[in-house]
Amino acid sequence: MVYLFAIMAFALIAIILAAIYKPLGDYMFNVFTADKDLFFEKWIYKVVGVDSRKGQTWKAYLRGVLGFSLMSVLVLYLLQRVQHWLPFSLGFPNVEGPLAFNTAASFVTNTNWQSYSPDVTLGYTVQFAGLAVQNFVSAAVGIAVAIALVRGFAWRKSETIGNFWVDLTRCTMRILMPISIVMGIILIALGVAQNLAGFVDVNTVAGDTQRIMQGPVASQEVIKELGTNGGGFFNANSSHPYENPNMWTNLIEIVLMLAIPVALTRTFGRMVGDIRQGYALLGAMVILFGVSFLAVVTAESFSDDPITALTGGSMEGKETRFGIVWSGLFGTTSTSTSTGAVNSMHDSYTALGGMMYMLNMMLGEVSPGGVGAGLYGILVMAVVAVFIAGLMVGRTPEYLGKKIGPREMKMASLYFLVMPITVVLGVSLSFALPFARQSIFDTSLNNDGNHGFSEVVYAFTSAANNNGSAFAGLTADTPWLDTALGLAVLIGRFLPIALVLALAGSLAKQDKVPVTAGTMRTDNGLFVVLLVFVIFLISALTFFPTLALGPLAEGLVA
Amino acid sequence: MKNTISLNMRSYWAGFKAVIVFTVIVIVYTFAMTGIGQLGMPAKANGSMLTNAQGEVVGSSLIGQSFTDENGDALPQYFQSRPSAASDPNKDEDNQGYYAAASSGTNKGHADADLIKNVTELRKAIAKREGVSAKDVPADAVSASSSGLDPEISPAYAAIQVRRVAKERGLSEEQVETLVRKYTTGRGLGFIGEPTVNVVELNLALDELK
Repeated sequence: MVYLFAIMAFALIAIILAAIYKPLGDYMFNVFTADKDLFFEKWIYKVVGVDSRKGQTWKAYLRGVLGFSLMSVLVLYLLQRVQHWLPFSLGFPNVEGPLAFNTAASFVTNTNWQSYSPDVTLGYTVQFAGLAVQNFVSAAVGIAVAIALVRGFAWRKSETIGNFWVDLTRCTMRILMPISIVMGIILIALGVAQNLAGFVDVNTVAGDTQRIMQGPVASQEVIKELGTNGGGFFNANSSHPYENPNMWTNLIEIVLMLAIPVALTRTFGRMVGDIRQGYALLGAMVILFGVSFLAVVTAESFSDDPITALTGGSMEGKETRFGIVWSGLFGTTSTSTSTGAVNSMHDSYTALGGMMYMLNMMLGEVSPGGVGAGLYGILVMAVVAVFIAGLMVGRTPEYLGKKIGPREMKMASLYFLVMPITVVLGVSLSFALPFARQSIFDTSLNNDGNHGFSEVVYAFTSAANNNGSAFAGLTADTPWLDTALGLAVLIGRFLPIALVLALAGSLAKQDKVPVTAGTMRTDNGLFVVLLVFVIFLISALTFFPTLALGPLAEGLVA
Repeated sequence: MKNTISLNMRSYWAGFKAVIVFTVIVIVYTFAMTGIGQLGMPAKANGSMLTNAQGEVVGSSLIGQSFTDENGDALPQYFQSRPSAASDPNKDEDNQGYYAAASSGTNKGHADADLIKNVTELRKAIAKREGVSAKDVPADAVSASSSGLDPEISPAYAAIQVRRVAKERGLSEEQVETLVRKYTTGRGLGFIGEPTVNVVELNLALDELK
């Protein structure tokens, strides 16, 4: 029975996405290939002082990304450090240095890891003038980089790969903003709060007292999902009834998370002049997503650990209105994209259910991945897949008419090494350095044994992949974790972006090689299977030992 | 070298100005959305607050409440909510849960000894309270929600509470069941979400009945 509901849920999401795939994908194609700037965009370019007509080399594009992002970290850090004196501060004091750094790094990198508990830390101004701003622009940065890489494949003999400021502005103003306004209004109509009242004290039905936090939730909720950001207005994130009051808002939020990453494969297909190439990437994404979702539902419904067996289904940390199926679908969506929003507490999942969420991230978040990040992630994997296939048949590997030479392979290999190294190093140091270990055991862990180890693994996996979800029992607001995770999100974001832009630069310079009978096809089922295999192989081999110590051991003991 | 550095400074300056521009735009967006919500649908935008017959605000239909006495024991005339981990630092230990300024789950894993002990004991206690066997106590009754503010319970948990509430209030079980049905929401289109009973609205309606 639970499988019937699960398959219907999956089918419903698939149908909705299929319906918006073409219009949204084509719209984004038009946005990034249009010649004309709109009037307010001209005004923005003038204020910022950039020439929108000028193409940038990959290095200039990267300087734009880094300059903008560094300034974003700085502004967001300062905003938190002075929040007490800002309007709508709700009386909260200024945020401490390490925590402010961690939060700033995390929101600028589209991670939205939350070491802080919003309900007791942040006033409304930091949320809407700081965090929400990054929800828009960090998403736009990711999409811009992905579009730059696609141009590398699509353009020939070009020194430039587009203009960062134009991509950033158009993505924010023409894609993210209009969708947020429309869907945000719908969310309010369905019950998501949107006000500037502070705490409201009431006498309850039974005559007790209750304090209820309010806030401008809907305007932030919508971009949090659409931009695959994931930072909750409240501590309980999308399980808080003011963020996600019912099954309809839950459905909308799931669709919002998937809409852009999925439709970008269409934009990609249009830009390289062959929509079937986009279908192939999408095929691999759907397979990985579907298998993972069914595995979570199975684990949550039929595990034989004491809690699940005792209660007949895992409801600890889940909301009544979502149950196992719609919590599982939200969680799979959130960890397969880089959102990291939660409508259930991943820490309280069964060992194997929680492991699937980790695995979604460990695959490099390509099913379908974060906005932009998912597309450039899977394109790098496609390059690797083509290379491996080329080695097997002894032919020079090509993808989309571009030769995959030593330079391209170096960029691709470095790309997929960054995340695992960051994760494994972060986890190891947390237990190897005496002061770090002390703070982990004394303060951070909420669970013992293997599950406690999983909390730390999940944290670094989430940070290095810019996901932001957590085994949230972990207290991450300690000097060690604030700093280590803050660095992990920065490394996990900007090193891969630099490598992707370098790859884009070297691809754009090449001419296209003509397609011959000997060219390996990358738009058929065989390639989809190969791609899934390569993605799985790379991550499974890297992370198997880590998973064996955490969730696998926990699941087997129980 | 000099060229690279000057280019860098320029991109930082441009980056700074861009951050400010987008900040202004998003502030305008937030206030516009708040205006639309406040003018167009104030009840929803202001948190779906509930009022009783006297017109006093008694909470929100979206935010769960405790129906316990100061020792944390169930008030027998009310349907009981799920366990909650949203605790108020200013209230004492026995009387916790549903503090809607610190939403939270327990975040305990399934191997946690305390969780197993609590669930086992709670299951027994609820079975005794409602006069049913332990295997009839549904999962949501003994599991804390994700937000700690879940306003709803499963129809199965509501069903085993009907007899106690009816007896305590001197109502017939049919009367209570009719009210339970009124505050039950089914699955959307037959398969979206899970069926739920809103405990806050149900208990408020019971109080207004007399």
